Amino acid sequence: MIKFFLMVNKQGQTRLSRYYEHVELHKRTLLEAEVIKNCLSRSKDQCSFIEYKDFKLVYRQYAALFIVVGINETENEMAVYELIHNFVEVLDKYFSRVSELDIMFNLDRVHIILDEMVLNGCIVETNRSRILAPLLVLDKMAET
Amino acid sequence: MKECMVRLIYCEMLGYESSFGYIHAIKLAQQGNLLEKRVGYLAVSLFLHENHELLLLLVNTVVKDLQSTNLVEVCMALTVVSQIFPREMIPAVLPLIEDKLQHSKEIIRRKAVQALYKFYLIAPNQVQHIHDKFRKALCDRDVGVMAASLHIYLQMIKENSSGYKDLTESFVTILKQVVGGKLPIDFNYHSVPAPWLQIQLLRILGLLGKDDPRTSELMYDVLDESLRRAEINHNITYAILFECVQTIYTIHPKPDLLEKAAKCIGKFVLSPKINLKYLGLKALTYVIQQDPNLALQHQMTIIECLDHPDPIIKRETLELLYRITNGQNVTVIVQKMLDYLKQSKEEYTIINLVSKIAELAEKYAPANEWFIQTMNAVFSIGGDVMHPDIPNNFLRLLAEGFDDEKEDEQLRLYAVQSYLGLLEEEDAVYPQKFLQVMSWVLGEYSYIINDEGDPEVIMTRLCKLLKKTFVTSETKAWIMAAITKIASLNRGSKTVDKLIQEFSTSLDTCMRQYAFELKHLCEDKDLMKNLLPRDASCNDMVVDASLSFLDGFVAEGLSRGAAPYKPHHQRQEEKLSQEKALNFEPYGLSLSSSMSSSGFTGRQSPTGLSFGSDVSGNSTEMGQKEMSSLKLDGVKKLWGKDGYLPKKESKTGKEDKLEAVPPGSTLGGNMVDHPLSEADQEVVSPSEEEKEKQQLASTLFVGLASNNAVSLMGKADTTTQKFKRKSKISETQNSEEAPSIQYDATLSFRPLPEAQSNDNENIQSTEHVRLRKSSLSSSEVLEASVSFKRPQSLTEAGLDAKLPDCRLSPSSLFADNNIEVFQPSQVIPSVVASKASLIPSLSEELANNPHSEAVELCSCDTLAVNLCKVWTDDCLLLVLFVANRSSSALKNVNLVFENSEHFKIVEGLSYHFPVIKAQSLESCQKSVQMEKNCMQEILVGSLNYQLEMETGLEFSVTLSLTDFIRPMKITTEDFGKLWLSFSNDVKQNVKMSPSQGSLSIALNTLQQKLKLHVVDIVGNEGLVACQLLPSVPCLLHCRTHAGMLALWLRSPCSALPDSLLYQCQKFQLATRRHARKQIHCHSSP
Repeated sequence: MIKFFLMVNKQGQTRLSRYYEHVELHKRTLLEAEVIKNCLSRSKDQCSFIEYKDFKLVYRQYAALFIVVGINETENEMAVYELIHNFVEVLDKYFSRVSELDIMFNLDRVHIILDEMVLNGCIVETNRSRILAPLLVLDKMAET
Repeated sequence: MKECMVRLIYCEMLGYESSFGYIHAIKLAQQGNLLEKRVGYLAVSLFLHENHELLLLLVNTVVKDLQSTNLVEVCMALTVVSQIFPREMIPAVLPLIEDKLQHSKEIIRRKAVQALYKFYLIAPNQVQHIHDKFRKALCDRDVGVMAASLHIYLQMIKENSSGYKDLTESFVTILKQVVGGKLPIDFNYHSVPAPWLQIQLLRILGLLGKDDPRTSELMYDVLDESLRRAEINHNITYAILFECVQTIYTIHPKPDLLEKAAKCIGKFVLSPKINLKYLGLKALTYVIQQDPNLALQHQMTIIECLDHPDPIIKRETLELLYRITNGQNVTVIVQKMLDYLKQSKEEYTIINLVSKIAELAEKYAPANEWFIQTMNAVFSIGGDVMHPDIPNNFLRLLAEGFDDEKEDEQLRLYAVQSYLGLLEEEDAVYPQKFLQVMSWVLGEYSYIINDEGDPEVIMTRLCKLLKKTFVTSETKAWIMAAITKIASLNRGSKTVDKLIQEFSTSLDTCMRQYAFELKHLCEDKDLMKNLLPRDASCNDMVVDASLSFLDGFVAEGLSRGAAPYKPHHQRQEEKLSQEKALNFEPYGLSLSSSMSSSGFTGRQSPTGLSFGSDVSGNSTEMGQKEMSSLKLDGVKKLWGKDGYLPKKESKTGKEDKLEAVPPGSTLGGNMVDHPLSEADQEVVSPSEEEKEKQQLASTLFVGLASNNAVSLMGKADTTTQKFKRKSKISETQNSEEAPSIQYDATLSFRPLPEAQSNDNENIQSTEHVRLRKSSLSSSEVLEASVSFKRPQSLTEAGLDAKLPDCRLSPSSLFADNNIEVFQPSQVIPSVVASKASLIPSLSEELANNPHSEAVELCSCDTLAVNLCKVWTDDCLLLVLFVANRSSSALKNVNLVFENSEHFKIVEGLSYHFPVIKAQSLESCQKSVQMEKNCMQEILVGSLNYQLEMETGLEFSVTLSLTDFIRPMKITTEDFGKLWLSFSNDVKQNVKMSPSQGSLSIALNTLQQKLKLHVVDIVGNEGLVACQLLPSVPCLLHCRTHAGMLALWLRSPCSALPDSLLYQCQKFQLATRRHARKQIHCHSSP
C-alpha cells in the first residue's frame, strides 16, 4: 500500500504532497524534512529504495525535483518505482515537457491527475489516455 | 475563489494550518461551476480526514451530484466518495452508487466500483449484500472496471481466501489474456501489457494458491507463461518477475517452476544494477525460508553484498543472513550485525537489529564468553530503546540455567567477572537497563567469585554508581537490592554502614526507605539469611493468593455485624432495584486508583503478582463501575471522598488494630511504597516488629521481583531455544494458575438458594477479595467501613433473604469452611475426572451453564479431542476432552494453542496432562476472551504426546462474535441513560417476513440466537441490551414499520455495532428463509 506521495525539490521545498493515511499537519512537515534529507544524502549509484522507520521510501530524481513515495512492506518497490515514471510521463504529455514551474502553478491539475492514478493507496489506473480524460473534459468546459 | 482555494492547498502543503478555509472548500464544491467544483472536492479530500465533523456537510452535495445528468459531475462525486466519506452516511448514497454500476459509460462504472471498494474498506458489512455485483464487475467488458474490482477481491481474499477459490479460473483466464497481449494497445507501458494489472493478479493468485495443491494446479501454466513473456530488459518486467517469483514460492510448489524462479533470482542478484540487486536480495530472503539451499548457490554474491558501500543493500543482506543463521555461522553473522549496528544511528533500525541479535545469541550461542560479550554489546548499544523482553530473557536464562549445572556456574562466573570489569572503568556511562542487569547479576551471583574477589570491592563499585547523576531512581532501586543481597552474605561491612548512614537522610524517600530496610536487616543477621537465601532466585515463591491469613479478620468483622461481601453484579442488581439505598460508586473510583498503585508496587513485591491477577479478574467490575458511576450525579457528592474524610480518620485507627495482621503478611510490601510512609507509620504504628517485617518483605521482593518479572514476561518463543529452560517455569505457571482459576470460579459463581453452604463459602471468599483490596491503601479502608455500615440499610430494605441466613452463625460456619476453600494447594478443579467412559460429559457445575454439544475436533488411533463450548456469565470456556483410545497410558500430553491476535486465553496458551490412562478421558478448560473485535476467527492449537516418537495432532476451533455476547440485564431507565452516553451508532433497515409478524417474535429470535436481553417492548418499539465480554455494552433499539424492522445500535466501541448488526441480519435472514421454506412446504402438497 502507498502511504504518501511527495514531490520535493533539492532545496527541500515541498511541491506536492498527498497522504493516503491521515497524518497531522505538524508531523507532515517533520516527515517531509526527514524524507528529503534521507534522499539527498544518497548518491546516484546507490539504490533507490530506503528503509525509513517502519516503511520504505522509493524515490526518483528528475532534474532538481525528487519524487518520493512511502510504501509499506506489501508493496512491490520496483512497481512503484515505475509508477513514478509513469506519472511523470503523464505530466509530460499533459503539460508538454513538464517543469517544476508547471507543477507549482497548476497544483490543482497535478493533484487531479494523481487522484486518477492512485486512490486510497492503491494504483488504480495506469493507462495514460484514461488518466487524462476527465481533466481534458474539464479544461474544455472551462474554455467554452 | 478557485485561485484562493489552490493557494490554501499550497499553504497546508507547506505546513501552515488553514482550517479557517475548510468550510469554503465545501462551499466551493457546492456552488461553483465545474472546474471550481472539482477544485472544491479536491481541497476537501486534501484537508479533511475521515472523522472530521465538516465532512457531513458534504453529503448533500455528493448526493445531488450523483443524481446530476452531467457526467462530469457524477464522475467528480464518485471520485470524492472513493477518497473520503463519512462512514455513517454510507446508506444515503449506497443505492445511487449501486445504480451507477449499470451505467453505460465505463468511467462511471469504474469509479462506482472504486467507491464501493472504499465502502468495503471502512464498513464491510454495509456492502455485504452486493457481492454478486462485484462478480459482475469482474466480468465487465471493460478492462478498467475489471481492474477496479480486483482491488476489492484482493482485499476480500486476503481476509478469507477459502471463499473465493471458485474464482481462480477467472483470474487465471484474465491473466492469460493480459499476458497474451489481448488488451487494447494503450494499456501498454513501455510495450509491456498492463504491468500493474499483472502484478495485482499475481498477488491474488498467490493468496489463492497458498497451501492448496488443487488450486495451485490451475495456475502453473499461466505463471510459466508470465515468466517467459517478461524477458524484455526493463524495470517494469523485473517488477513483474519479482511478483511471479513470490507467487511461485507461495503456492504449492512445482519443481520446474521453482527452478525457473530460482534462475530468475540468480539473475537479479548478480545484476550490476543496484535496484535489481536489492530486489533480488529481497526475493532471496523470501525464498530462503522455503529452500535454504538457494543461499548456497549465491554465497559469494551475498558476501560481496555484505561489504557493499550502500547501507541499504547491507541491511537487506543482514536480513537474509538472519534467516539462515544456525549454530555454526552465528558468530560471524552476529559480528556483522553488530558492525552494522555500530554505524547506524536511526532508532528504528537499532531496536529492530538489537532484538534480532539477542534472539540469535540466545538460540545459537556457541560459548559462554561469546554469549555474555554479545549480550554486553547488545545492552550497551541497544540501551534504553530496546524491547524490555531482551534483558528479562537474559536474566531468566542466567537464573534458570541450562541442563548442565557446571555450565551454568561458568556462565554466571563469566558474567560477574565481565561486569566487574566494566564497572571498574571510572567514567563509563552505561544505559539504565544495562546497569540494572549488572546489578542484579552481581547481587545474585557475586558470591561465586568470593574466593578471589572481595565483596567490599563489589559493593564499593555499586555504591559509586548510586552517587552518579545519570542513574535513574529505578536503577538505584536495583542497585540497592543488589547491595542488600551481597550484604546478607557477609558479616558487618563498613561500606554498608556508610551507605546506610548516607542514605538514611536522603531526600529521595525511596532511597531512604531502602536504607532503613537495610539497616534493620543488618541488625538481625539470621533473619536476613533466611530472607535472602543464596542462589534461590528460581525457587518458587509461595504466595497465598486466597489470602487465607485474613480469615480471622473476616470472621471477626462478620461477628461484629459486617455484611458479607457480595460480588459486584449482585450489588449492582440490588442497587438497581433500590436506587435510594447506599451508593457505593465513589469507592469504585478510589478502588481504581489504588489498583494502579498496586500495579506500581507489583514490580517490586511478589504480592503484586497476586494483585496482578486480582486486577485482571476485577477489571470488568471496574469498567462497569466507572461507567455506571456516570449515572449517579446527585448522590455522589454526599459520599465523595471529602465528605467522608473525618470519619475515615477515626476508622483508620480502629482498622489497624483490627488488622494486627497475621505474621508473615505479604501485604506489607504495599504499605512500604505508600507515600505517607514515615509519618503515617509513626502515627498508626503497628508494632515495631510488624513494621520491620514489612520492610523485610519489600526488600526481599525487590530482589525476587526481577526474577519474577523475568519468569512471567518472556513467554514467547521458547521452543527453539538452545538453552533449554528447566521445567520449573511451567510449574510456576501451573501453580499460579490453580488459585486464579479457583478465584475466577468463585467470582463467577452465583449464589443459589439450594446450595446454602456453598453460598456462604462464596460470600466469604469474595469478602476476602474485597478486604484484600481494602487493605491495599488507607483510603481503601473507607470501603471496608462502608461494608460495616451496610447491614443496617440492607436489613431495613429487607433486600436479600439469603443474607440474614449467612449471618446467623458466621463464625461457626467459617471455622468449617475455611480449610476447604482456601487451601491454595487444592487440586485444580479444571481436571474433571470422568474416567469411566470415553464419552465426554461436562461436570455438573459447568453443565448448568448454556453449552454446546461436544464436537470432535481431531482424532487419530490413539487420541481423540472433543470440544465443548460453555458460555458462562463472564467468559467463554472451552472445555477440551482428550480421550486415550489406546490400551496403554500416555504420558506428557501437551495441549498448546497458537497465539491469536483476536483472542486471549486467560490461563496461558498451553495445558499439560502428566498422564492419561488407557481407555480414559481427561479434560481441561480454558477461558477465552476476545481481544480484538472480529466476526469469526479461528483459534488453532495442537496436541503433542510421546508414544514411540513425538506425535502431534492439530486442531482448530472457530469462535464467532456470538460466543462472546452476553445479555445485559438493565432496566428501561438505565437503558435510556446509557443510550445517550454512547457515541457510535449504526442504523439499518431489515425486511421482515410476513410470517414473523410481530416485533416480539423477532426479538425472541434475537434473544435466543444471539443471547441478547430484551429490556422492554413498548408498542412497535423494542429495547434490547447485550454486552461483549468482558464489559463492552451494546444497546439495540428496534422499531417495526410497514414490514421493515429498523435496527439502531449504539455502543462505546466503534466496531461492535457493525459486527452485531451483521449477526442480527444473518439470523434475521436465516429465520426468513426458514419461514419461506415452511410456507413453500405448506403450499406444495
